[in-house]
Amino acid sequence: MAYRTTIKAGGSGTDYWLDLWRNRQLLWILSKRDISVRYKQTLLGIAWSVVRPLMTMLVMATVFSLVAKLPPDPNIPYPLMILGGLTIWTFFSGAFSQVSSSIVLNSNLVSKVYFPRLLMPLSAVAVGFIDFLISLVLFIGLSFYYNYPPSANIIFLPFFLILTFISALGFGLFFSVINVRFRDIAQLIPFIVQVGMYACPIAYSTRLVRDSLPQYYKYYILNPAVGIIDGFKWCLLGDNSYFDPNSLYSTLIVSIIALFLSVMYFRKKENTFVDYI
Amino acid sequence: MHVITAENISKKYIIDHQGTRKPSSLRDAVSDTFEQLFSKKDKAAASDRKEEFWALKDVSFNIDQGDRIGIVGHNGAGKSTLLKILSRITDPTTGQISINGRVASLLEVGTGFHPELTGRENIFLNGAILGMNKSEIKQSFDAIVDFAGVEKFLDTPVKRYSSGMYVRLGFAIAAHLEPEIMIIDEVLAVGDAEFQKKCLGKMRDVSESGRTLLFVSHNLTAIQALCNKSFYFEKGRLLDQGETSHIVTTYLSRVSQKKLERQWDDMNTAPGNDQIRVKSFKLVPDYLDDLMHIDVRTSMEIQFEFWNMIEDAKLNLSLHLYSYTGECIFNVGTASQSFARGLIYGALEIPGHFLNDGSYMISIMVVKDTSSVIYNMEEALTFDVEDYREGVTWYGKWPGYIRPQLNFSLNQAESVVND
Repeated sequence: MAYRTTIKAGGSGTDYWLDLWRNRQLLWILSKRDISVRYKQTLLGIAWSVVRPLMTMLVMATVFSLVAKLPPDPNIPYPLMILGGLTIWTFFSGAFSQVSSSIVLNSNLVSKVYFPRLLMPLSAVAVGFIDFLISLVLFIGLSFYYNYPPSANIIFLPFFLILTFISALGFGLFFSVINVRFRDIAQLIPFIVQVGMYACPIAYSTRLVRDSLPQYYKYYILNPAVGIIDGFKWCLLGDNSYFDPNSLYSTLIVSIIALFLSVMYFRKKENTFVDYI
Repeated sequence: MHVITAENISKKYIIDHQGTRKPSSLRDAVSDTFEQLFSKKDKAAASDRKEEFWALKDVSFNIDQGDRIGIVGHNGAGKSTLLKILSRITDPTTGQISINGRVASLLEVGTGFHPELTGRENIFLNGAILGMNKSEIKQSFDAIVDFAGVEKFLDTPVKRYSSGMYVRLGFAIAAHLEPEIMIIDEVLAVGDAEFQKKCLGKMRDVSESGRTLLFVSHNLTAIQALCNKSFYFEKGRLLDQGETSHIVTTYLSRVSQKKLERQWDDMNTAPGNDQIRVKSFKLVPDYLDDLMHIDVRTSMEIQFEFWNMIEDAKLNLSLHLYSYTGECIFNVGTASQSFARGLIYGALEIPGHFLNDGSYMISIMVVKDTSSVIYNMEEALTFDVEDYREGVTWYGKWPGYIRPQLNFSLNQAESVVND
């Protein structure tokens, strides 16, 4: 027979990835579910995905550019610089928080039916990705409005996107497991996201950190999100946008190690979810 | 060929007696850990607070292709734990199971239904969650809709469905799964009688098509109708397995070993007061043939004795029989009589073919001078009446508190001759 399953203590290891593959349709359907319920019973519907980044950008541009008079990277319109950073940051933070809460949000499934649990965090990324695409289209539209069309560097965009996915999943998976046991995580995540928004070069340029706090710059670029955000902005805004390739080292090392450890941790714990949820 | 082989399955849960508090927030967990690190409490004390609980213990069995297994046992016997392990929702602590074939488990109707999604969308979602692929769902889509009877509401969010429609849709999807092995937990507890009938019919089709079925239910009538073999669980152990009729008899006779007798020998500590003390209270069933349990056919006698400590008392008794939900089914009283001090004996006969299946409680009241209650014994006895049916094809819950055999006749009054 095609299906042969062995159940024993400590999880049923070997077929795990095969099982995940067999269930790829479920991954698709769970993603579709999250996307289609997103804006049910709202007036603006999908327009929220445009309104939110646009308003955030306007507020930030007003505060940081008009009020605080921070300088943008040379020749780059300030609002565009913000929107670039915001687009990728929203994807990262959205994916990260959705992944973190994915198991708890699907607790009705966890306690009633089996499928590889990894499908839940994976499908949780989908909603954020749709928002990201909308935001990207908004960016491209605005870039023509500001007469600053995307540069040829845009071909590297998928690389940074994958890197974002890896790091969001890497950190999110870890928290998703802890969240099953300790709901403190649900309180912690929005806080991390809020702090991250200012700790990362979104409302300002990394160039500013290098020039005004040179002694701390080498620590600043250890933040794995800095490499991703600056790299992403560099793809869209071209070489004028500040991007220090050195900042990618920490991004690559930290996010790949995080993903590796998180997946191991997740697999070790996934069969106990039902006992704690 | 065995489709399921289970060897020495056990499942342990740890019950934490750490006061009334469990570290359910990170702060508690951290502070507890530090407390344990720095305080010199010995480890024995710590392990004292934790108690092991074996939900399943050394369970082994084989299931052959096409077997229809009924699983019976009291609440907490380990039935649901077994289903959870077989469905891979939780791991066994020890042991190993090999399963040949695709398993669909139905531990709940409409698992993963999203209230905001329409019926149509939920069919695809639920189907995928239960392990159907898209083409399979498309193939049986019309049949599902038809079975559930929700054509008109296909594009309505399920949050607007009535609970009956919701359940029907959930079951309809599950009923169209085509796995080699199907695991079902007590789904018949929901839905109206007509729908239950439909479900049982469908399950019968499933079992007749040579697929393997595992079915947990408290509805013994349904188990007897559907399953050829049964497992009997008690306290986490597989106590007995074999032909369904044999298992059901074993199970019922053990159920009936519930205390049907209460007796107090010491007059000073027996329940009562300075006027009345109860000596004994018994329910004596007149078991049919070699049965060891009460079913709807069984007649029984309630017998009781009490000490009367009032000289020349005019007493009468009033007995109430309640359903388990607390409704009074009947109240009978004796005539008032004069008694001298000493032991008084009484008996009440309840005929067979009178009570419906269910759980019942009896309370008894001693009344003086036809007006003042001098003692009231609530829940003096509880007992269960099991179902029994012959020559019917309907297995749903028989409605009503009583099931009398009345003269109910049906005759052809006149016939129309066609020619």
